[in-house]
Amino acid sequence: MVGPKIKITEDSYLKIKEICESFNNNPGELINVLHQTQSHFGYLPEEVQQVVADCLGIPVGRVYGVVSFYSFFTMKPKGKYAISVCLGTACYVKGAEKILDALKSELKISEGGVTEDGKFSLDVLRCVGACGLAPVMTINGKTYGRLVPEHVKEILAEYAE
Amino acid sequence: MAVKMHILVCGGTGCSASASHEIVAELNKELVAHDLTDFAKVVVTGCFGFCERGPIVKIIPDNTFYTRVKPSDAKEIIEEHIIKGRKVQRLLYVAPDTNQSVPDSKHMEFYKKQLRIALRNCGFIDPENIEESIARDGYAALAKCLTEMTPEQVIAEIKKSGLRGRGGAGFPTGLKWEIASKSRPGEQKYVVCNADEGDPGAFMDRSLLEGDPHSILEAMAICGYCIGASKGLIYIRAEYPLAIHRLQVAIQQAEEYGLLGKDIFGTGFDFEIELRYGAGAFVCGEETALIHSMEGKRGEPTFKPPFPAQSGYLGKPTNVNNVETYANIPVIINKGADWFASIGTEKSKGTKVFALAGKINNVGLIEVPMGITLREIIYEIGGGIKGGKKFKAVQTGGPSGGCLTEKHLDTPIDYDSLVAAGSMMGSGGMIVMDEDDCMVAIAKFYLGFTVDESCGKCTPCRVGNRRLLEILTKITDGKGTMEDLEQLKNLSAVIKDTALCGLGQTSPNPVLSTISNFWDEYVEHVVDKKCRAGQCKALKKYVIDPAKCKGCTACARACPVSAISGTVKNPHVINQLDCIKCGTCIEKCKFGAISIQ
Repeated sequence: MVGPKIKITEDSYLKIKEICESFNNNPGELINVLHQTQSHFGYLPEEVQQVVADCLGIPVGRVYGVVSFYSFFTMKPKGKYAISVCLGTACYVKGAEKILDALKSELKISEGGVTEDGKFSLDVLRCVGACGLAPVMTINGKTYGRLVPEHVKEILAEYAE
Repeated sequence: MAVKMHILVCGGTGCSASASHEIVAELNKELVAHDLTDFAKVVVTGCFGFCERGPIVKIIPDNTFYTRVKPSDAKEIIEEHIIKGRKVQRLLYVAPDTNQSVPDSKHMEFYKKQLRIALRNCGFIDPENIEESIARDGYAALAKCLTEMTPEQVIAEIKKSGLRGRGGAGFPTGLKWEIASKSRPGEQKYVVCNADEGDPGAFMDRSLLEGDPHSILEAMAICGYCIGASKGLIYIRAEYPLAIHRLQVAIQQAEEYGLLGKDIFGTGFDFEIELRYGAGAFVCGEETALIHSMEGKRGEPTFKPPFPAQSGYLGKPTNVNNVETYANIPVIINKGADWFASIGTEKSKGTKVFALAGKINNVGLIEVPMGITLREIIYEIGGGIKGGKKFKAVQTGGPSGGCLTEKHLDTPIDYDSLVAAGSMMGSGGMIVMDEDDCMVAIAKFYLGFTVDESCGKCTPCRVGNRRLLEILTKITDGKGTMEDLEQLKNLSAVIKDTALCGLGQTSPNPVLSTISNFWDEYVEHVVDKKCRAGQCKALKKYVIDPAKCKGCTACARACPVSAISGTVKNPHVINQLDCIKCGTCIEKCKFGAISIQ
C-alpha cells in the first residue's frame, strides 16, 4: 500500500512493483532490486525506498540502512553528465587531486555537488581499475585517462550543447 | 583456407578506455577491403598486462607486439604486416635501456621474468568464445575431477599443491575446502567467488574475469563437487561492467555446452552459478560482510566463529575463495600438485598476480613466481622508476598493508616474508612511490580511505581510525607535536588488538609501517615543520631568490592574495604570512627565481 504522505506517480509506483516482482518480492534480493530501481530513476529518494519496502514486506529502515551503507546508491539526483574522479592509490600518487581541484574550480561545485543547471555532478570514486592510465576520470561511464589539469576544460567542452 | 594469422586486440578495461574497440572495427574493415577474412582474424582478448603502452595489438604466430596503437594504424598493420609480412617498426615496443625496438613479446624485459599460471589465458583467447577456452584445456580439469577422482582425492591434490588463498590472508585453500566438505554433510551448501576487488590500485581480479571467465566457472564447479554444493555465487563489484558482461556470456555458454547445469558430463553432478552485485563497500571483501551483502543486507562483518564453512550464506555451509585462487585450480588438477609445488618458496607455492602501478615505467598486470624479489619486479619487469627519479617505497596490501622501502628490495616475496617486513601480500596491489611522495601524506591518504569505508559497527575502527586521521592531518598541517607521534603508535596498537574484523585490525598498518620505515620524515614534519617531498601544502614555503629575480613583477601581478611585494627591476619578496601556497607565482616566473623550501 502507498501511504498517504508518499508523493509518487502511478507509473513510478508500477515500475517499482514490477522490479520487485521480477525478484519474487524476495527481501534477500534487496540490493539487486535497488540496483535496477536506481538505474531506472537515477537515484533513490525517500518515496521510492518506501515503495520498495512495502513491496518486499520489510521496514523502510532496512531499505534506508542498505541505501546509506553502499556508496553506489545515492539519494540525490546526479547531473545529466556524472563525473567521477578516481582517487585510488595509483591515481592519487599521479596527481588525481589536481584534476579534482581543476574540475571543482571549472564547475564551481564541490565533491558530491551538482551544477545549478543540473548538467554536471562531481564525485570521487576508489579505483576504476584502469591504473595504467592514471590519473583517470569517468563521465557517464566513459573513461578519460593520462589526465593533466589542462585537459579538464577541453573535456568539459565535449559536453557543450 | 584456414585462418593463418590472428590479430589479438586487448579488450580489457584499460585498453577499451583508449578506444581499442575502434581499432578492432578498423582492422576488420581493412581485412574485408583486402579480402583477407579467410586468412587473418581479429580476436578481442583479455588484458595482456602491459597496460602502460596500451592499446596493445599482438600478431600471432610471430608474437609481434604493437603498442599505443591508434585506429588509424589499422590500415598499415594490415597492408604491411599481414599482406607483406613486414613489421610496422614505428609501433613496436622500444626498450628504454637500449633504445632498440623489440620485435616480439618474447624478447621484452617485461615478460622475461614472469610466469603466467593464473593469467595463462588472458591475452590469448577471446573470453566471449567458450571454444577458445576449451581449446586451451578449459573444463578438462572439471571432467577429470568428475570422472576420475573422488572429492577427497581432489581436495588431497589441492592440499598437496600448497595453494594458499590469494585474497590476502593466505589461508591454505585445500584445508578450507576440506572443512567445508565435512561441515553438515547432505545439506545445501554454497560456493562463493569473492570478486569484490575494493583495494584501490588493484585490478587483478577484474583482468582475470575479463580475460578468462571460464577458468573461474570451472574451478567453482570443481569446488562444488569437492564440498558437495550445487550452487555457486559470484559476488562482483557493480563498478566492473565489462567483467559482469563477460561472466554473463560465459555462464550462458557453459550452460549451453552442458558444462554447467544439470548432470554435468553425465555424472549426475549438478552445478549452477549466479551473479550477485556489490554496491561499493570496501568492507564487503571480508567474507562474513560479503555474505551479509549477498543476503541483501548491510555489509557488516560478524565475529568468527562461526566460520562461513559452518554457517555462511543463508546459514548454510559456504566456501568463499578469491578469483585468483580459483584461477589456479584447473591448472593444478591438469598438471598435478607436484608441478605446482615445485614453483615458489617453501611456504608459499606457485605464483602471484600483482597490479603494478604508481611511479613506475611499466605499469601493468604481472604474474611472478613466489620468492622473486621486489628489486626484480621494480627494476626488471617494471623497468625502474619513472623519469629517472629515486625509488622511495612500494606499498603492498592496499589499505591493510604497509610501505616497504629500499632495505626490503632484496626480500623474496611470499606471504610470510611480507608480514615479517611489516606489510602483507594482500590481494596484489603494488604501488611504487618515488622521492616526490610524502609518506605522512600517504598514510593520511589510506586512513582517509579507511575512515570513509569503515562500516561503523565496532568502535575501535569507527572512532579510532578517525582519531588517527585527525592526528595525521594535524601533522601535515604543520601543527603536530612529538606527543602526537606517540599517540599514533599507541592508538594504532589498540585498534589492531580490538577491532572486530580483519579490515579494522589491519587498518593502522599504513601508519605503523610508515612510522617504522620513515620515522625521520615524521619527525621532520613535527619538529622542523618541513615536508621533504614538498607535498604537504601547509609546510611549503615559497621563496624568491634575489639573485635570479629580475623584478619583472609578473609574480606580484598574478598572486591572488597580493602576498608579493617589490618594485619594478628590483628583487621581490613573498610575505609568508599572507601566502596561501597556491603555486601561481612559480608558474608565472620566467627566470626560475622562485623555489619551494
